[in-house]
Amino acid sequence: MFYREAGDFKTSYSKDNQTFPIKIDRVGYYLVLLVAFLVVPFMLNDYWVNAIFLPFLIYSIAAIGLNILVGYCGQVSLGTGGFMAVGAYACYKLMTTFPDINIFFHVIIAGGITGLVCVVFGLPSLRIKGFYLAVATLAAQFFLVWLFNRVPWFYNYSASGQINAPERTVFGIEVTGANTEAWATYLFCLVFVVASAWIARNLTRGMTGRKWMAIRDMDIAAEIIGVNPLKAKISAFAVSGFFVGISGALFFAVYLGAVEVGEAFGITKSFLVLFMIIIGGLGSIFGSFAGAAFLVLLPVVLKVVGVDMLGWPTDMVAHLQLVIVGGLIILFLILEPHGLAQLWRVTKQKLRLWPFPH
Amino acid sequence: MSEQIVYALEVFANGLMSGVLYALVALGFVLIYKASGIFNFAQGVMALFAAMTLVGIQNGQVPFAHLINAVLGTHIHHFGWHIHSVLALIFTVGVMILLAVAIQRFVFRHLVGQEPIILFMATIGLAYFLEGFSDLMWNSEIKTLKFCVAEGTCLPQGMNMAIDEAAYNAFGTGFFIDNLDISAAIVAVMLVIALVAFSQYTKQGRAMRAVADDHQAALSVGISLNFIWILVWSVAGFVALVAGIMWGAKSGVQFSLSLIALKALPVLMLGGFTSIPGAIVGGLIIGVGEKMFEYCFGTGQCFGGIINLGGATENWFAYVLALVFLVFRPQGLFGEKIIERV
Repeated sequence: MFYREAGDFKTSYSKDNQTFPIKIDRVGYYLVLLVAFLVVPFMLNDYWVNAIFLPFLIYSIAAIGLNILVGYCGQVSLGTGGFMAVGAYACYKLMTTFPDINIFFHVIIAGGITGLVCVVFGLPSLRIKGFYLAVATLAAQFFLVWLFNRVPWFYNYSASGQINAPERTVFGIEVTGANTEAWATYLFCLVFVVASAWIARNLTRGMTGRKWMAIRDMDIAAEIIGVNPLKAKISAFAVSGFFVGISGALFFAVYLGAVEVGEAFGITKSFLVLFMIIIGGLGSIFGSFAGAAFLVLLPVVLKVVGVDMLGWPTDMVAHLQLVIVGGLIILFLILEPHGLAQLWRVTKQKLRLWPFPH
Repeated sequence: MSEQIVYALEVFANGLMSGVLYALVALGFVLIYKASGIFNFAQGVMALFAAMTLVGIQNGQVPFAHLINAVLGTHIHHFGWHIHSVLALIFTVGVMILLAVAIQRFVFRHLVGQEPIILFMATIGLAYFLEGFSDLMWNSEIKTLKFCVAEGTCLPQGMNMAIDEAAYNAFGTGFFIDNLDISAAIVAVMLVIALVAFSQYTKQGRAMRAVADDHQAALSVGISLNFIWILVWSVAGFVALVAGIMWGAKSGVQFSLSLIALKALPVLMLGGFTSIPGAIVGGLIIGVGEKMFEYCFGTGQCFGGIINLGGATENWFAYVLALVFLVFRPQGLFGEKIIERV
């Protein structure tokens, strides 16, 4: 059982084009899915779900969304927090306005609405490029947060200005509100994660994804060979917004339950998701997962080591965490600008030869 | 003159003054961008770090006291002395130069030839690192910054009485301008003159401009890129220090100081990334624009209050203005024309 293509014969075009051409990869992928759906839910408790699994799953969706925009299409966005807020507030308004419809559809429609908003803020990308665009997306970030803070209609005129997720069920099992079971919320998010990753993976390796990558590599050249920059850029913004919106909706409805917009979806959130895709790997779906896992686990590990084991004060560990995250980002950019995903690729390349290096 | 017009004028003047402060931060960005093509997101955090270092040295704080205490179980916090402001300023400049050397040595020397966007992200990482580092070094509580050249001659603060009184005599209403803002404006003008003089009339300044113009040509006539980049980062560090002192004296040395970097970004976009006059004009436009917009539409005091957005529009106005402006002129007011080739 070596890690090789050899001996794995393909007899049809569809088999030749499959996502995982190597058998071990394929088996591993199904195994991971199996464990995630059938084993993990039985081993979970509230701490694990709230500290690690839910943030990991939800940030993975956001990272996939942002990776499509930044990693595949090359349009740097610093407005992720604002777009997540759109998803959250859209989901909230839908949940309270149409309480009879299943929350599953609310989340998807919230994603769609975010996609539309994202397109509006993406329109200037046709004129503005590079850094200028990155700064322009900050306009979206600050404007949207301000909007949700100032217009009472968005938070249903509640006195605190917060939005609270009402209790909603899927197949009779509660997934939002105060009385949820750990495994139910986990599975609900997992379904969205798997669907998002599957859609994103297949979009990016098809015609649409190739157009995005052509725009990323050099937009003028892409235009000359017949890629329509308007369609490519706008579709990237729309798809990216869709995923980011879903993650924002889940972040609010399933994970936090109650949200104050400036706190939950501020500029730091935009940077967090951006760091995830830098560390994970720009232009890689696996990288989105790896980066999200890394930046979700790092604070937990630091807290366990620093506060619980060494007994250091919490604020100092928080500062140390900033230093470590910043240092790691610089280190990654120096050593491996393509992130964890590239390390994984290199490992796989080495594995193909192992144990006979020649 | 009616009271409302005087009040609008007052808003306008205060906008100009805060615009000067934005321009101070933006200036640091432009310097580094021109010389090395790095868009330095960490400029605001550098201002925070500089201000914290100045206060820390002034008050004789022990660096990393928190960390040392946690590791060794000691209870140190201050050396117990106070250092004269000017001396502390000189030490802080030294620290900023060390920082510039470290940044160049450990970060950007390894990233030569990378795409601009990678460099930009590295500066975001640098901003995070420096933020945590300065909190670790000087702890994160809010500090007050008092900068005194001699006993009794400090950075002035509070309302300028002379202007207020003159306005009262002329129009019958008061006119509020902070003394600190006036001194900030004066310092900013002096700083710009000094920078222009430095880059026009000194050997190093000329070398700096040569590097900004063309790296390879500069290299081939014998200019050390490494030295120039360290020099540029040091100058940017000095500008950050000045900005840090002004903002720190205005609103206390605290985390929110690093957020002024975000405000400097639309200033840069308006003025163009490569133009020093652009940074200043952009800063003034943004400063006046956001104050006037907040006054007119944010709190609804113009045109009979037709539009009242409910305040706090300062958070986003600058960005939206820059965004709308860029759609019509992508390189900013004074930026070089962007030419794209395949």
